[in-house]
Amino acid sequence: MMEKMIFGRYIPADSIAHRLDPRAKLLFVFIFIGIIFLANNGWAYGAAAAFTVLSIWLSGVTIRFLIKGLKPVMIIIAITFVLQIFFAREGDIIVDLGFVTIYEEGVRQAIFISTRFLLLVFMTSLLTLTTTPISITDGLESLLNPLKKIKFPAHELALMMSIALRFIPTLMDETDKVMKAQMARGSDMSSGPLKDRLKAVVPLMIPLFVNAFKRAEDLAIAMEVRGYRGGEGRTKYRLLKWHGRDTLALLSLVGLTVLLVLLRG
Amino acid sequence: MKKPIISLDSITFRYPNSVHDVLKQVSFSIHEGEWVAIVGHNGSGKSTLAKLINGLYFPENGEIHIAGIKLDNSTVWDTRKHIGMVFQNPDNQFVGTTVQDDVAFGLENHGVPYEDMVKRVIGALKQVKMDDFLNQEPHHLSGGQKQRVAIASVLALRPDIIILDEATSMLDPHGREEIISLVRQLKEVQGLTVLSITHDLEEAAKADRIIVMNDGEVFQTGTPDEIFKLGDELVKLGLDLPFPIKMANTFKEQGVPLQGQYLTEEELVIELWTSHFKK
Ligand SMILES: Nc1ncnc2c1ncn2[C@@H]1O[C@H](COP(=O)(O)OP(=O)(O)OP(=O)(O)O)[C@@H](O)[C@H]1O
Ligand SMILES: [Mg+2]
Repeated sequence: MMEKMIFGRYIPADSIAHRLDPRAKLLFVFIFIGIIFLANNGWAYGAAAAFTVLSIWLSGVTIRFLIKGLKPVMIIIAITFVLQIFFAREGDIIVDLGFVTIYEEGVRQAIFISTRFLLLVFMTSLLTLTTTPISITDGLESLLNPLKKIKFPAHELALMMSIALRFIPTLMDETDKVMKAQMARGSDMSSGPLKDRLKAVVPLMIPLFVNAFKRAEDLAIAMEVRGYRGGEGRTKYRLLKWHGRDTLALLSLVGLTVLLVLLRG
Repeated sequence: MKKPIISLDSITFRYPNSVHDVLKQVSFSIHEGEWVAIVGHNGSGKSTLAKLINGLYFPENGEIHIAGIKLDNSTVWDTRKHIGMVFQNPDNQFVGTTVQDDVAFGLENHGVPYEDMVKRVIGALKQVKMDDFLNQEPHHLSGGQKQRVAIASVLALRPDIIILDEATSMLDPHGREEIISLVRQLKEVQGLTVLSITHDLEEAAKADRIIVMNDGEVFQTGTPDEIFKLGDELVKLGLDLPFPIKMANTFKEQGVPLQGQYLTEEELVIELWTSHFKK
């Protein structure tokens, strides 16, 4: 199940969406999250859905792949859908079974809210599916750069994120190693009562933490030796390049905004 | 004799939280283009020495000069430009998310312009034969490959001195051999000065000079020949003799008449098969 989960994962490919500048994609998703709330009727939601389908198509991902990969999220959406139907108490009654009554407004709201949720999840997944984590970091740093004037640590934040990204696989490998070493010594983390299992995790966490601190210290020394002294005066190796297509992507959102405003009732 | 590029003058040092002096009255010089090995038991202060030379800590007493500059708080970033350092753990010195990012990290720090940076990254990776791995992530590389990248990161900064702090100790014998011959070749081509901290006395045997550390003091300095003549004294310091020397000693004990020192297996073998004719 973990392998199939695509939330937050990058899938290498060469689609238009993959080639967009990460800043454009970040802005695109943030703006989309903002304007989706403009939709308040079937037509507007239809337009937003069509826009999302088009975006998915341009990213070379299939909707089936998205739905399969986002199964846990789908379940949450289904649950909210059901709850919404049963708890809304407005509009005409369409079904009355005595113990439950379903109102028209409830169904309407349930459909709208789930659609909105679904579109948001699809769009944010598209961002991570088509952008490497390090590009997202670069994009964020670049977008947050103006905030340096008010002492916001944009460079430090980006560096922290990139180091975290770089060490995730290393720490995963290490967890695996320590876990096997503890299992070889008779520790059992996969069965028994919860309390015992939690207890078995402690001897796993301690060596991991100790090693992580050791790594952090070594890394800090290695960075200093290679001349790292903060973001001041640094040049950048990963350059971001804004193309016409990036502007076009953002313009398409302006189009969608206008459409949503016109369609909303 | 060429001029010294690193010189330490009666260095004394202790860590803020330690009771004893970790380094006591340490003095030595290293000349331009030399390959010097530092050996010594665990905790004898070798890594501390390297950290002081790099200005990561400052000595309590004594002076350090790097390329003629006196090392202190105000010059540390200048002296550091002369020195590249490769550490023991291949993972803990890999800063970038990919091979090329890692090599670029130091260049970014020094504010090297983009066009120049691209050339230097590729150039350095070519020198260590890792230019086919530009976009590879560290967890897909072997320890030896990561150490090559670490060397490339150092080379890209064009230092005069390379310090290896047990840079090969986490590698298998093959990887070890590869890294050492790579550094040796780079040293010849670029006239680098190499300071290699090592537990591997066979590696030390190939150095121009060996410094033996014991308990924070310089025990002895000399050519490999001179140092390995100490024999048992080294063993008492907790050091292991290189295999050919141990072998030769065993032969001598068994009454095989061997003269001189054999630092490499080859020398020993040649002596053994020719000794018969010399009688
Ligand atoms: N950060 C530190 N704080 C306090 N004491 C330290 C620190 N680092 C090292 N020491 C102590 O300083 C002494 C010398 O350590 P150092 O790491 O220089 O030895 P070494 O010769 O490199 O040993 P090894 O061969 O194990 O790498 C040791 O006694 C060690 O415990
Ligand atoms: Mg050490």
